[in-house]
Amino acid sequence: MSDLTRMTAADLAARLTAGEVSSVEATQAHLDRISAVDGDVHAFLHVNADEALASARAVDSARAAGEELHGLAGVPIAVKDVVVTKGQVTTAGSRILEGWVPPYDATLVTRLREAGMPILGKTNMDEFAMGSSTEHSAYGPTRNPWDLGRIPGGSGGGSAAAVAAYEAPLAIGTDTGGSIRQPAAVTGTVGVKPTYGSVSRYGLIALASSLDQAGPCTRTVLDAALLHDVIGGHDPRDSTSLPEPAPSYEEAARLGGNGDLTGMRIGVVSELGGEGYEPGVRASFQAALTRMTDAGADIVEVSCPSFPAALAAYYLILPSEASSNLAKFDGMRYGLRVEPSEGPVTAERVMAATRGAGFGDEVKRRIILGTYALSAGYYDAYYGSAQKVRTLIQRDFAAAFEQADVLVSPTAPTTAFPFGAKLDDPLAMYLNDVATIPANLAGVPGMSLPSGLSDDGLPVGFQILAPAQQDARLYTVGAALETLLLNDWGAPLLSRAPELEVVR
Amino acid sequence: MSTIDSAEVIRLAGLARIDLTDAEVSRLAGQLDVIVQAVATVSQVAGPGVPATSHPIPLTNVFREDVPGATLDREAVLAQAPEAHDGKFAVPQILGEEA
Repeated sequence: MSDLTRMTAADLAARLTAGEVSSVEATQAHLDRISAVDGDVHAFLHVNADEALASARAVDSARAAGEELHGLAGVPIAVKDVVVTKGQVTTAGSRILEGWVPPYDATLVTRLREAGMPILGKTNMDEFAMGSSTEHSAYGPTRNPWDLGRIPGGSGGGSAAAVAAYEAPLAIGTDTGGSIRQPAAVTGTVGVKPTYGSVSRYGLIALASSLDQAGPCTRTVLDAALLHDVIGGHDPRDSTSLPEPAPSYEEAARLGGNGDLTGMRIGVVSELGGEGYEPGVRASFQAALTRMTDAGADIVEVSCPSFPAALAAYYLILPSEASSNLAKFDGMRYGLRVEPSEGPVTAERVMAATRGAGFGDEVKRRIILGTYALSAGYYDAYYGSAQKVRTLIQRDFAAAFEQADVLVSPTAPTTAFPFGAKLDDPLAMYLNDVATIPANLAGVPGMSLPSGLSDDGLPVGFQILAPAQQDARLYTVGAALETLLLNDWGAPLLSRAPELEVVR
Repeated sequence: MSTIDSAEVIRLAGLARIDLTDAEVSRLAGQLDVIVQAVATVSQVAGPGVPATSHPIPLTNVFREDVPGATLDREAVLAQAPEAHDGKFAVPQILGEEA
């Protein structure tokens, strides 16, 4: 039997449906792979073998009994540790939640369970999703399967690395400023940030509520579409959840699978490229554009003049919202409680001692920055101005989508960098998200898929952006580009990653 | 333009209820000052005529029927609390007076 961990989720689902493979076999194969390589990769914070196998057995029995099952029933999945899972430890990568067992499931987790998808475990991340490298995880970084000395991106480096290292066929990520797309870019995988409101935020440990959105991390565009179809849709428990029914993203991806882009207007964003982007990244991006032109696409250059201000606006809006959202970690109802070593043990002093001991550097930095931005005397100059920039960015998108069906750019300015390279320079770290942040500020959907290798032999991500609620375009255009590139390469890009050392 | 020095970091950390060590205060002061100088550019981008946007997609208030729904299991919730007593969260004294 061929290796179950190397299959796409779509292929694995077909084998399961045909009865050629059981979910227990598929789930066990991935658990074995985790045991073999995760000592090096460290994509997982918690592995959930017993529960995953139990749900796999339940799917197998249901199938044996002739029950009608979801198309992905029995396909295992990994979930980012910022998404709450009932009865299973959830930490968001923070000491302050070490050992916390949520009493409820996120809506997207409920949908995974209803579809019969065994949850393999919870993936590593920068603490509370603040970071672009997983170096801010309280439990140690995840390592990039392409080069174990380099970062896997962040904050969802664990989900991207799990998929890239064949530890899971599918994973869930969350994207506040690029935390699905940038890890996808640097690990040679596919990641989608849906339209804001497409996937319920109920049960996501909030970072910045007006920016956060959960989405798929996969190895192919079709697999991302299949997973988006499972987790998307209206949820009355999230007041920002879009009430309109979504189309089938699977159909949109299958439509693009023929590689035809005739008449598709592809807008290249002038402000998201050029200076600051590595030459190898630019070359890979240009080569992909040429391939799209050959397939019938019209390439147009579009300008989004306010995009250069997006990073600054984001680093005011995000810390402001985060400082408010993270106020709930006060040592009273869940998680860590630390009493001050001297003086009276009052609630206020317990709160300060708990947060001082429980939060890491980056979290403290952003909470204090947000507290500053929201404090009296600075509110209008900082937070108020940032919200105006948000309006300008939405206007830029609206004008650009008059000229193009989708917008494209490199996903990140660089390939995966070595550990420690940007850890002492927060501003340099923030620049990793320069191309991904505008989508979050405007709520529009974005995808990253691999466009090839840079001159350093590491993967480059190609970003596609579509108008709000037009996520289907991402899947059609993404699947088309994927088909064109696959024809050139002869095999998926990931097949060129070095084989990981396997522990037996 | 304002700057963030150690005294300002101590004030902000107090507002945010985060105990910091002296080493953290001096490190954060340097880093935050650089970050604030960089993000302060937003105030020069948008003119007074530009409206603020707080949310990416226009929102309206959402209501549900005023009927009892499912709530979290109290045992499961309290089992995860740092301290619980008589079916309630147990917390330190709220004010600083002698107990």
